[in-house]
Amino acid sequence: MFAPFMMNAWIVGTMVAVVAGVVGFFVVMRGSAFAADAVPQGAFAGAAGASLIGVSTLLGLSVFALAGALGIGLLGRRGRHDVATALTLVAMLGLGALFLSFTTQYSAEIFALLFGEILGISASEILPVALLGLLCIAVIAVAYRPLLLSSLAPESGAARGVRPGRIELLFLVILALATSMTLPVVGALLIFSLMIGPPAAARSLTASPARAMALSVVIAVALAWVAIAASYQTDWPVGFFVGTGGAVCYAGGRLWAARSAARRSGRSPSGAAAAAVTAEAG
Amino acid sequence: MTAILNAVFAPGFFGSAPVHLALLTGGVAAFVSGAVGAFAVLRGQSYAGHALADISVTGGSGSYLVGISPLLGFAGIGVLAAAVMDMVGIRRPRGRDLATGIVRGAGLGLAALFLFWDTTHTSTTGAAVTVLFGSMFTLSPAVVPLVIGCAVVALAIIVILARPLLLSSVSPDLAAARGVGVRAVGLMCLIAIALAVSLSALTIGTILSTALLVGPAATAMRLTRRPGRAAVGAALLGVAVTWGGIVLAYDSFPWPPSHDGWPVSFFVVALTLVCYVLAQLAPQRRPAGRATPAPAETGRSGAAEFRMGE
Repeated sequence: MFAPFMMNAWIVGTMVAVVAGVVGFFVVMRGSAFAADAVPQGAFAGAAGASLIGVSTLLGLSVFALAGALGIGLLGRRGRHDVATALTLVAMLGLGALFLSFTTQYSAEIFALLFGEILGISASEILPVALLGLLCIAVIAVAYRPLLLSSLAPESGAARGVRPGRIELLFLVILALATSMTLPVVGALLIFSLMIGPPAAARSLTASPARAMALSVVIAVALAWVAIAASYQTDWPVGFFVGTGGAVCYAGGRLWAARSAARRSGRSPSGAAAAAVTAEAG
Repeated sequence: MTAILNAVFAPGFFGSAPVHLALLTGGVAAFVSGAVGAFAVLRGQSYAGHALADISVTGGSGSYLVGISPLLGFAGIGVLAAAVMDMVGIRRPRGRDLATGIVRGAGLGLAALFLFWDTTHTSTTGAAVTVLFGSMFTLSPAVVPLVIGCAVVALAIIVILARPLLLSSVSPDLAAARGVGVRAVGLMCLIAIALAVSLSALTIGTILSTALLVGPAATAMRLTRRPGRAAVGAALLGVAVTWGGIVLAYDSFPWPPSHDGWPVSFFVVALTLVCYVLAQLAPQRRPAGRATPAPAETGRSGAAEFRMGE
């Protein structure tokens, strides 16, 4: 399992899980599950386009992920947000269908992009993935306060001069960066499971935002490691273990929350979290 | 005249049996998706529709394993997932999206496994492409009764429950006070959405069936405020873009680069988006039943009069 050819998978898998845990925390806090779902799935079309004109997959992914994020952010300002997201997504996927029909459809390659291919990671992919991951974390570290404030208490954030439209756009760009680095590993359809399963569980376990984020990273890394190990042992696709594992994390968190709520019927968790962050910010 | 007709419809279009079948199933699927989609958009359930479409990949890939019609797989898994979403679902919209996403993730995880087995055990090559991008021109005629059956069930749910559905999406409390089972009505609506996306999944593919659910509905709702009219308009628009897509795909066979035709799902999505953008240019209709102009307009015209008076 720890043979030299598997080392790339472990290194990249861990980096991907750390970034997914951090970014996913904000996805869950902001309730933007649909955007977190649409950006990766639409970016898949970029990978197909890149292979058509013969440029790097990572470049195609980044361009489409950013275009998708901007499309959702700008179209969502006027009209229904979920409709804007859905239409941006199908526009990109329609192009993807066209690109795929132009290439001599390699079914296996499509499958890998959609559902992930942990064994196919080469050493040369580690550096770009690491750089994108660092960039993601750095942007989040710089904008941590306004991001958290506008996610937890939008009104109080606006009163402190945090502009919700700009923060939303910034968040979508972070999402696009995270997508570009995680997509080749876990696949377009399942990045999202790694991004919402662990943070949703973490939020059920603790009310403090900082602790929830740390816990979310720990759970995401554990989930990624279990998925890689299980995929290696069974030869089944890694996406299967990530997808079902994410759901198990969420179910566990819900059960835990229900039990502790029954034990002490006090303040609601979200109310406590909002109180904690305003206290921290003030 | 015939020259123009020949330019639009490539020779042999009307004589081809696969085209007839595509026009029939594609039209039925688009009609149902448009009508159901109007309710999905109105209730803010675009994401649920998209998630159900993604989950139907599981049914499609599973159906190749056990050897049943893909439509049975799509619809079976879709209805099951709708029930699970309702069970897990939380009342607040944020929590609802999260629960929807979790069910979608688990479903797609299973899909990954089924597709893997499809390629390794049963050597069904191309199952992934067929399920994801549809198979409008390679359908078997045997699927028609099943398509009609699913369509009738989905439309019946929407027609019978139209009033309680609208009432419970505008005000759940009021609906509950009037004796509407809000939760049961919501579940039936999810099931109708699941059936509609299954039908579209068969024709333009699972990952694009969101287009037919949301696109025509969002366009129609831009043009009219009445839910009933929007549903009928969306259904007709859906049929129009699907038939237009089939014509263009048939025309595209000699086109570069592959001389194998461009995918019909690409044309359907492109036409849907063109219609949506055109509808954005149309002037926004005032809400029905309001005779007086909106306050902003009164203010502006008042200011203009004032300036003229000076």
